[in-house]
This record gives sequence, structure tokens and C-alpha cells, in this order.
Amino acid sequence: MLLEITDLAVEVEGKEVLEDIDLYIDKGETHVLLGPNGSGKSTLFMTILGFPKYKVKKGEIIFKGKDITELPTTERVRMGIGVSFQNPPPIRGVKLIDLLKIENGQTVEEELNPEIMETAKKLKFDERFLERDVNMGFSGGEVKRSEILQLLAQKPDFIMFDEPDSGVDIENVELLAEEINTLLEKDKKPGQRQRAGLLITHLGYILNFVRADIAHVLLDGKIACTGNPKEILDDIRTEGFNGCVRCCQTQ
Amino acid sequence: MLPDTIKKAEKAKEKKSPYGYDIDLEKFIKEEAGEHERINKATEVPKKMRNTLLKVGVDPTEKERAGTFIQVDQTGIYSSQASKTVEIMGLNLALEKYNWLKDYMWKVVAPDTDKYTAHTALRESEGNIGGYFIRSKPNSREIFPLQACMFIGDERVMQTLHNIIIAEENSELHIITGCATGEDVSSALHLGITEFYIKKGAKVTYTMIHNWAEQVEVRPRTGILVGDNATFINNYILTSPVKSIQSYPTAYCTGENSRVVFQSILGGRKESILDMGSRVILDGKGSSAEIVSRAVSKDKSEIYSRGHLAGRVPEVKGHLECHGLVLSDDSMIYAVPELVGSATDLEMSHEAAVGKIAEEEILYLTSRGLTEEEAASMIVRGFLSMDIKGLPPELAEETKRMLDMSLKGM
Repeated sequence: MLLEITDLAVEVEGKEVLEDIDLYIDKGETHVLLGPNGSGKSTLFMTILGFPKYKVKKGEIIFKGKDITELPTTERVRMGIGVSFQNPPPIRGVKLIDLLKIENGQTVEEELNPEIMETAKKLKFDERFLERDVNMGFSGGEVKRSEILQLLAQKPDFIMFDEPDSGVDIENVELLAEEINTLLEKDKKPGQRQRAGLLITHLGYILNFVRADIAHVLLDGKIACTGNPKEILDDIRTEGFNGCVRCCQTQ
Repeated sequence: MLPDTIKKAEKAKEKKSPYGYDIDLEKFIKEEAGEHERINKATEVPKKMRNTLLKVGVDPTEKERAGTFIQVDQTGIYSSQASKTVEIMGLNLALEKYNWLKDYMWKVVAPDTDKYTAHTALRESEGNIGGYFIRSKPNSREIFPLQACMFIGDERVMQTLHNIIIAEENSELHIITGCATGEDVSSALHLGITEFYIKKGAKVTYTMIHNWAEQVEVRPRTGILVGDNATFINNYILTSPVKSIQSYPTAYCTGENSRVVFQSILGGRKESILDMGSRVILDGKGSSAEIVSRAVSKDKSEIYSRGHLAGRVPEVKGHLECHGLVLSDDSMIYAVPELVGSATDLEMSHEAAVGKIAEEEILYLTSRGLTEEEAASMIVRGFLSMDIKGLPPELAEETKRMLDMSLKGM
């Protein structure tokens, strides 16, 4: 098992946000986390990443067989966890190209790995764009593509995507999805894949292009339902989250 | 020297500066000029000094340089000139060569400004003249920069100097100037007067890097006279520890449509006291000014980041921007942006912000595998590495390299 979360309870600023979370993700799998706003999706994401504001009160997070519950973010990332953020902060003077080099294991003095440059071009970024300060004045679509590009440079084994399709037009969703599929080795047979992913999505639009294996519905800080992504999504689309809630409650 | 200058200086010998703490000049040794041997090539500077020169942007190989001037303590040990359109030499030699030059002495910096200008003027009147003279010919354009280095090699030295820079009509001139101390010098005093005369249609860029020792006191005094359609761009970089620096260069935009830009990058470390200001008097119709500074305070440093824009005639424009990051509880940044408008129809504004590094930015970088320390230093370097505007492309690239090098220590 790549990631094992057992009996997890999380507090944010003294308020309990998540409880009784069990989540097991094996390599080769793509899970999707659905749920209405405020249900705790982002909290789970930040907790797995290990941001200090998210305090684990109970339970444990095991990654690659190692207990990472108390590990700082940097070490988790160096063990192979990668993320794309929904609204990453602009940082003045920190160039996208320098981040890409660091993520690719290069020093900033080196020339950017030509493979990454090729990937950047596929994501419609030219050399000049890479010289820009990260996220400074980027459009919504540019932010998402830059996040995916950084993951492609980093090559993590477990990747979390927070709303990778929000605010992106259709044409670019397909482009992003293609690269997400590359990241998740969708071109390989499931048994041969070494990586796994967790997609957080509000609307699930990206799932038209990225095949997910298992969906979880998060409601009021608990995983209320786990199942076939298509069935759950169809349910949510026709009946909304309220319908989904009713269904979960009867289960 | 004019008797009037001496008279004024005599009177101001004890006059304290309104900014920066008062320095007891008696504590320093007034070395005579000529105590260091002249060299024939810049590469002949001692090896230890060579590395220091490179740190402040002065390249002893003189590659892609229009000329070089090196002063050690009180002696101009070297000057050379590769360009046909610009002159560079010790001010003492220039005063012998050009009779008219005395008319440019002490015109934009008054000898009785304070005790530091007064002492420099009085030392000059005794024949101890440090500093350089630079002049670009009318209608000329030199893309390679001139380089000048003021070096303090001996302990407790009082270095005084007087630089005169004249850009004749419609000329373009770029200067890189570095000030530094020898590795074995711990305390010294540097007093530097610099007067710029930028005539009609001329453009001067002046990029200065300071790299002093921890017990060095620095009190430069600078005035800039900017003529019709002329441009002056001043870049200042300091990221190494020093005891104290207090400087408040003043540009007088008397010319119509004259333009001035001050860009400063200040890194406060250890117990440094940096009191750095930039002042522009907008006196010419259509003149404009931009003052931008980035300051980061660490350890126990104090940074005073001052800016002053005075609009005195209609149709002038000015903007002042001062951003600071305070990185330790024992350090501080005091941002003092001042605007004075005394005519109608002018446009002046300022923005100042002092704060800490946004946690969100640190977290973002840790989620890319950087440690918190690496993230903080990357953000700080990014914050300080502003795009220096107004330089020709080659010089901009080189300046960027120099800046990156300076920021490594932050």
C-alpha cells in the first residue's frame, strides 16, 4: 500500500474538521475526493501534505510503509508526495524556471533539463514565460498548467490535485488532463504503474478525461460514501450533494 | 580652491548631520596621499584585493570596460582609459589639466553641508585630493561602463574623496563603482563627495555596490544636477555588514523633462545601521522621478529607508516605493516616505509596506521540497532581486550577476 490513512481526526485552529477518516491508496490507483464546499476536502489534502496548521489529533498516516504523521512537509515531499494547488501564492522574485530546476533535482545555476523545457512547450509555455515570477499575474489557466508542469519536473509517486480544472476552459482542461494522465502513468497497464493520485474536485469535470478508480464523498468531515466514481458522480449530478447525502445516510 | 569654499568649510567643521549618529573624526588616521605605490595594470593589484574588487563589480582584467580608476586609502593608484569618448582620471590630475574644472567643485554639494563635507573640503585645500573625474564628450555614447573602486586597505584610515562626473550634452555614460575594505581592516571611515553634472539630453547610469567591513563608518554626500531632457539612473546595492552608513543623495531636476530614478537594495545584517535616503527636487517643467527601495533586516540591524520627493512646478510626476521585510525581532525597518507638493497640477504618490515573509509563500515552497530555511532565503533573495531598469542589455545582465552574487550572503 502506498498511502494508508487510519482513523484520522484533524483539528484546525482548535476546531475539529475531520474525523474517522480511513483511506487506503495503492500504487496504480487514482482516487477522487468529492464533497460540497466546507466538507473538509482541502483539510485532508493539507493534512496529508503536513502543513502545520492542521493538527492530527488521532490516527496515523503511513506513506511507503513509514509513519509520516509527524513529519514536516519538506520531508514528505522528498519522500515522493507531490501536490498541485488550487490558488498558489504569487512570490515576487522567485522564478518559475528556478523552481522547476529545484523540483527536477537541479541547482538554479544549471541549464533547465531540456526534457522539462519540452514539457513546458507542450503545456504552451515558452522560455520567456518560465522566467516570470511564479504565479505573479498568471491567469487561472496558467496557474493550473504551471502547477502540473512543476509536478512533471518533480515526478512524485503520490500526487494530489486540488481542483485542477476549476476556472479552466474546456480546451485547456483536455491539455491538463493529458499531462495528469502522464503523471499517473495511465499509458501503462494498471499492474505496472508505480504511482498513485488523489484528485479533489468539486464538479468532477476533469473525470471526463482522467479515469479514476475509486471515489469518496466527504461530508461534514467524514467519508460518507466510497464507490464507483461514475455512479457517484451521476448521482451527484442528478440529485446534487443533498441527494448524495440521503443516499449515504441510507447506506 | 576658492577662498569662499574654505571659509564655509571652516565654519562647518563641527556641524553635525541631521541624519545618522555623529562620528568622532579624531579617532581616524588622516593618511597622506601617495603612501601607496601606483600600479601599471589593474591586474597588478594584490591578490587579496582582487577578489574584493570582483565582489563590488570592478573587474581587474578590464574586459568590456571603458576605463578604470582605483583609489587605495588616499592614493589614486591606477587609472586607465580604453574609450575615446570618455575621460577618467584622478581629480587631482584633472584639476591640473583643466582650469575650468574648479567651477564644478562644490556646486551641487555645499562644503558646509555638515562636518563631513567640511573636513573633505579642508583636506582638499591642503592638497590632499582623492576621488576621480569622469567626463563624456558631447554627442557621444559609450556602452561599456567605466569602473571605479574606492578601497580602504589600512586600519583606522579616514578616506576622503571628491568625485566629479560631467556628462556633456547628448552623451551617454555608464559607471560601475564599488567601495570595499581589505580583509584585515576592521574599522575605518569613508567620506565621499560626488557631484554629477548631467547636461542637456545626456544620460548617466551609476551602479554602486558597497562591501565594507563590520566596523566601517560611511558618510557619502552626493548631489546631481539634471539638465533638460537628461536622465540619471542610480542603483545602489548593499548586502554585507557595516557599522553604519548614512547617505541621502539629492537630485535636482532643474531641466525640462529631466528624469531621475533611484533604485536601492538594502540587506541589513549583524549590527549594521543603514540610513539610506534618496531625494529628488522636481524643479523643471515635465520632470519626473521614481524612487524604489527594497530592504531586508536581519540579526540586530536597523534600516532607515527614506525617500523625499518635492514637486515645485506644475506638470511634474513622482512615485516613491519602499518595501521592507523584517526577518528578526531584534532588527527594524523605519520607512519614511515624504512628498512635498508646492505647485498645482502635479502628480506624486508613494507606497510603503513593511512586514514579514508571508507564511503562505514559505509553505508553498516547502511543498516543493525546500526546507523552511531554503524557502525563506529564496523568498528574501527574490524580494531583493528587483529588475534594475534603465541599463543597456549587456550591463543589465552583468548587474544582475553582481546582484545575484551579493544576494548569496543574505
